Amino acid sequence: MWQAARLVATFDPDLVEITALSLRVSLGATVIASLIGLPLGAWLAVNRFPARRFVIAILNALMGLPPVVVGLMVYMLFSRSGPFGVLGLLFTPTAMVIAQVIIITPIIASVAHQAIRELWADYHDLLISLQATRLQRIKTLLWDGRRALMTASLAGFGRAIGEVGAIMIVGGNIDHATRVLTTAIALETGKGEFDMALALGFVLIGLAILVNLGLHFISRTERGARW
Amino acid sequence: MTFKTVVLGAVAALMTSTAAMAEEMKMAVTTSFANSGLADVLLPEIKEDTGIEVQLLIVGTGQALALGAAGDVDAVLVHSKAAEEKWLAAGNGTHRTEIMYNDFVFVGPQADPAEAGAAEAATGALQAIAGAEAPFVSRGDDSGTHKMELRLWKAADVTPEGDWYKAVGQGMGAALNTASGMNAYIMSDRASWLKFANKGDLGIVFEGDPVLFNQYAYLPVNPEKHPHVKTDLVNQLEAWLLSDEAAELINAYTIEGQQLFVYNAGE
Repeated sequence: MWQAARLVATFDPDLVEITALSLRVSLGATVIASLIGLPLGAWLAVNRFPARRFVIAILNALMGLPPVVVGLMVYMLFSRSGPFGVLGLLFTPTAMVIAQVIIITPIIASVAHQAIRELWADYHDLLISLQATRLQRIKTLLWDGRRALMTASLAGFGRAIGEVGAIMIVGGNIDHATRVLTTAIALETGKGEFDMALALGFVLIGLAILVNLGLHFISRTERGARW
Repeated sequence: MTFKTVVLGAVAALMTSTAAMAEEMKMAVTTSFANSGLADVLLPEIKEDTGIEVQLLIVGTGQALALGAAGDVDAVLVHSKAAEEKWLAAGNGTHRTEIMYNDFVFVGPQADPAEAGAAEAATGALQAIAGAEAPFVSRGDDSGTHKMELRLWKAADVTPEGDWYKAVGQGMGAALNTASGMNAYIMSDRASWLKFANKGDLGIVFEGDPVLFNQYAYLPVNPEKHPHVKTDLVNQLEAWLLSDEAAELINAYTIEGQQLFVYNAGE
């Protein structure tokens, strides 16, 4: 705990660097996964089609995707010997974002689907009687359900920022290039430097709390003006 | 600021950034090399002398060679001769340059209940541990260290199996943490052991048998197989590793007064 406080207080340059990269990768992944997952969740809530139950079951199951497996799949795709090898993306933050998007999109979509489904039950008659188009319905539901959807995104962010298995493989934990908080914790643990690993863990928890507080602060001010 | 200057500026910025990028190369190294702390000494000197920023991927020998075979790194620095030669024979690399060696030690409870320390040779120490069925942690991850351990068991004519033999399938540090937690015997490279901060009740129980020497070699990835590898930088780095300066730095590196690596390139 003291070591964590000392690291933060002295603005240790290495700590600042890996913390910034953690934020960049996980926030980036959360934004992209939200852009995919939230509309997908809403679309699944308002549409009835034969395979719907099946798709939702798959989506829920994918919430439990082992990050190591995702990491390995992304590695094989972006390896120089893989189909996208020419892009040279392996061991870059971009590859880490891609892996995390795959991991957290099912979570965001599943939580969003659940929230929108309940809202849809309330709004169903109104939107149908207004003869809103399907796109309008989804837009309305996404907007009015935005606080619940923020929870969906934050759940995704929480999984991303604490994830180590996938980004270790596709990022490689390269010093000053792809090292983030979780991979640094794994490295320090491997060295038996438990104090340092724990200190980084506290920084990680603090960071997650800060991001959540920040978003809640923003959303509350928005709500005051809206309602 | 006209449109033209903006474009020229952007082009110039792009060019300088690619020039800076060109000086980066990736090398897969073993955990034992990175954990020893030698990398922290060598990399800044390499950068100062050659301008090359060597980015390290710290993995086991098995994964390091796999990354090299896939062309995801420009060179590898590992320690498992048989696996390296097989890798070269498959056309993955151009050649193998021996750089230095360190040694393995047997670490175990300081009281040494299996009396492994009394053995004459490394194989004898293993026979003592197996005979006493004392807990032994194995890397079990196909790394260079793991392969060396398996060779020694074979030489000792012991098939390690049973409750006492725990293959954890993890890196050196994680395996040492497990051994420390279980107060078990383990084979570790000397550097990783000396640097390890969670020793608990463990200590070195056996060392010094020449079969425990561990040769590190530098292997460039074959540019004919992977044209994108940075052969220029790889060759520059090799030249540096063969220089007198590298020899001095490696031989002078000590932890707790103990020399960890012995430079033997060109012998």
